[in-house]
Amino acid sequence: MEGGVAYENDLNLKETELRLGLPGTGSTIEKGVSGARNNKRPLPETREEGGANGKPDAQHDDQENAPAPKAQIVGWPPIRSYRKNSLQPKKAEAEAAAGMYVKVSMDGAPYLRKIDLTVYKGYPELLRALENMFKLTIGEYSEREGYKGSEYAPTYEDKDGDWMLVGDVPWDMFLSSCKKLRIIKGSEAIGLGCGA
Amino acid sequence: MKIICFHEKSFTILNTETEFRVFTLMGPNPKMKREFPDSTRSSPFPDEVLERVLSLLQSPKDRSAVSLVCKDWYNAESWSRTHVFIGNCYSVSPEIVARRFPIIKSVTLKGKPRFSDFNLVPENWGADVHPWLVVFATKYPFLEELRLKRMVVSDESLEFLAVNFPNFKVLSLFSCDGFSTDGLAAIATHCKSLTQLDIQENGIEDKSGGWLSCFPENFTSLEVLNFANLNTDVNFDALEKLVSRCKSLKVLKVNKSVSLENLQRLLVCAPRLTELGTGSFMPELTGRQYAELETAFNQCKNLNTLSGLWEATALYLPVLYPICSSLTFLNLSYTFLQSLELASLLRQCPRLRRLWVLDTVGDKGLEAVGSNCPLLEELRVFPADPFDEEIIHGVTEAGLVAVSYGCRRLHYVLYFCRQMTNAAVATIVQNCPDFTHFRLCIMNPGQPDYLTNEPMDEAFGAVVRTCTKLQRLSVSGLLTDLTFKYIGQYAKNLETLSVAFAGSSDRGMQCVLEGCTKLRKLEIRDCPFGNVALLSGLEKYESMRSLWMSACNVTMNGCRLLAREMPRLNVEVMKEDGSDDSQADKVYVYRSVAGPRRDAPPCVLTLSGL
Repeated sequence: MEGGVAYENDLNLKETELRLGLPGTGSTIEKGVSGARNNKRPLPETREEGGANGKPDAQHDDQENAPAPKAQIVGWPPIRSYRKNSLQPKKAEAEAAAGMYVKVSMDGAPYLRKIDLTVYKGYPELLRALENMFKLTIGEYSEREGYKGSEYAPTYEDKDGDWMLVGDVPWDMFLSSCKKLRIIKGSEAIGLGCGA
Repeated sequence: MKIICFHEKSFTILNTETEFRVFTLMGPNPKMKREFPDSTRSSPFPDEVLERVLSLLQSPKDRSAVSLVCKDWYNAESWSRTHVFIGNCYSVSPEIVARRFPIIKSVTLKGKPRFSDFNLVPENWGADVHPWLVVFATKYPFLEELRLKRMVVSDESLEFLAVNFPNFKVLSLFSCDGFSTDGLAAIATHCKSLTQLDIQENGIEDKSGGWLSCFPENFTSLEVLNFANLNTDVNFDALEKLVSRCKSLKVLKVNKSVSLENLQRLLVCAPRLTELGTGSFMPELTGRQYAELETAFNQCKNLNTLSGLWEATALYLPVLYPICSSLTFLNLSYTFLQSLELASLLRQCPRLRRLWVLDTVGDKGLEAVGSNCPLLEELRVFPADPFDEEIIHGVTEAGLVAVSYGCRRLHYVLYFCRQMTNAAVATIVQNCPDFTHFRLCIMNPGQPDYLTNEPMDEAFGAVVRTCTKLQRLSVSGLLTDLTFKYIGQYAKNLETLSVAFAGSSDRGMQCVLEGCTKLRKLEIRDCPFGNVALLSGLEKYESMRSLWMSACNVTMNGCRLLAREMPRLNVEVMKEDGSDDSQADKVYVYRSVAGPRRDAPPCVLTLSGL
């Protein structure tokens, strides 16, 4: 997600705290919210007393540092092969078939399109793809302003049936909650940006 | 049934599950002595009476107790036993079994160590059922039932079984491997009296669904059919005809290839089912078909168990509502349900006793369990995405705590989660002190209490202190020797203990071996337990079924010493490629009256006392 540049004219947003940060740091703070659950422990070997990095009192990993992905341990978690094999392809199927293909509509366009969200690594790529697909410009996202100044704004319907502005939540959360996309005219988007 | 038997100097008290009867055998019966003055019998009853009484005993434990009273009782018990349970196929040989029990109709046989389910045992390890079948064909030609778990079963064996046992009725294969659907075809073709075919979670080569069509047209005896875990399509016409003509069919669990539309037709044929495993639940019906399915479910007044439900979505779950009020066991462990969807369904299931779900339901879904299922006794929560740590989902301690407040009768839990606290576990067992099976898997190895950063010792301390009936325990998280001190101190009824990535020193394992008097199965992986710990259990292993230790600190010398000191134990070591010569990477120790096994593959070293 592109970092926000503070605009001089404050719109009345629900998040009123001023934040100074370099472009691109916005996402770190959002990840922090969910950091508590990302409590990764090093493998037991690294906890030995003699270990160079030995920290006998286990701590949360620093929220800024995402630990390197662990190698999978044989036979752990203890799940029967049958269940493992039948769930993995199924999850992929479930994602491909049900969750990750979403319809995209655009105000004024006669046809809907369908895209596979898992193809994109993050918001910038998704937005560029939408721009290409519908031959329009969406512009820059900012937390405070949304897509102010853009001709169009991407919105999505989430699991609760609410219409949200694309970019408000972390990408992973967006992936698991997005039901469909709708590109609306920029003028309508201002309403979304004002504490909706 | 409580039978209190007095025989001269000794008595045994046996617990079985039926009604109460008291028999007293009060020593030499004067009447008998008058009629049979030359009788040298110590028992006042003729054999036939004793055998008749003993034949009422069902539980293997009771029968073992009875057989130890005296020689007459041993013989009478041997002659009256019709079902034999062999928990470790290498603890005894088929010849020894046949010598002792001349009239066996039903055999249950378990093979590989449980960790083979998690790929920790080499594939060619053993546990081939064939040598057993060969002996049975001669000694028990009237064998009716065979239940196998973690055995290797080939197609040849299945065919051998099918043609050599004319009275064969019940085949149950659970977590077995080595066979294909061809073997099932042989069973279907030849077993004229088959009543049960239960094929669950096996490593089967699924060539085709044609086996189902092999049941002859005049075959009508089937009562249980479970092929839920097979993938290939079966001929639906053949299935429908089979279900129609088997009027006693009570359990039917079909595979994914059976569509909802076809399920409706099966239900119409078999409204008296008590257990149903659906096929695919993909929402693809027309309005009329949906209504017909609902009607069909409405006719099934006896359904108490439901499973399958692949690809079920919230849209179609309401079709199940007619049967939900009588459901006692609901297996949703292959269904990706969210919390609200589960909640809606559970509101209809007030009588639920057993529930299996995926962790996609989240803590919110488990709150719904607590709110709607006060009779719940068993809960299993499986991870939908066990290997992906980046995704933040699944269940936490909050979910299980919520269940414990609402389901006070809970006594069996299997719970996969990514975070847990000592306080939560203490609350859970305080609410549900009757746990007999407590299997907690914190998926990140060695993870501490995520709030306090302390080890999870106090959690399991609370479990063993509070749950005096605990029989089975699986521990996880960051654990020091203190956990094992607690277990040894309090878990006096514990029979099975599973440990992974835990403990600080030999002392931990020692405490368990010293304190858990009823321990039968101990399986340990990736723990810092070494020879001192292994050898501290020298005298205990003969009272246990087996010990498994892998990736611990046990050496070959330690194992050799154990084998030398305890000749009636089989001590087997499996080495990993590239490991140190002195390390005993995987150790499997078990008591046996059959001696070291002769079919061990090269990767399994049998250490003898020599």
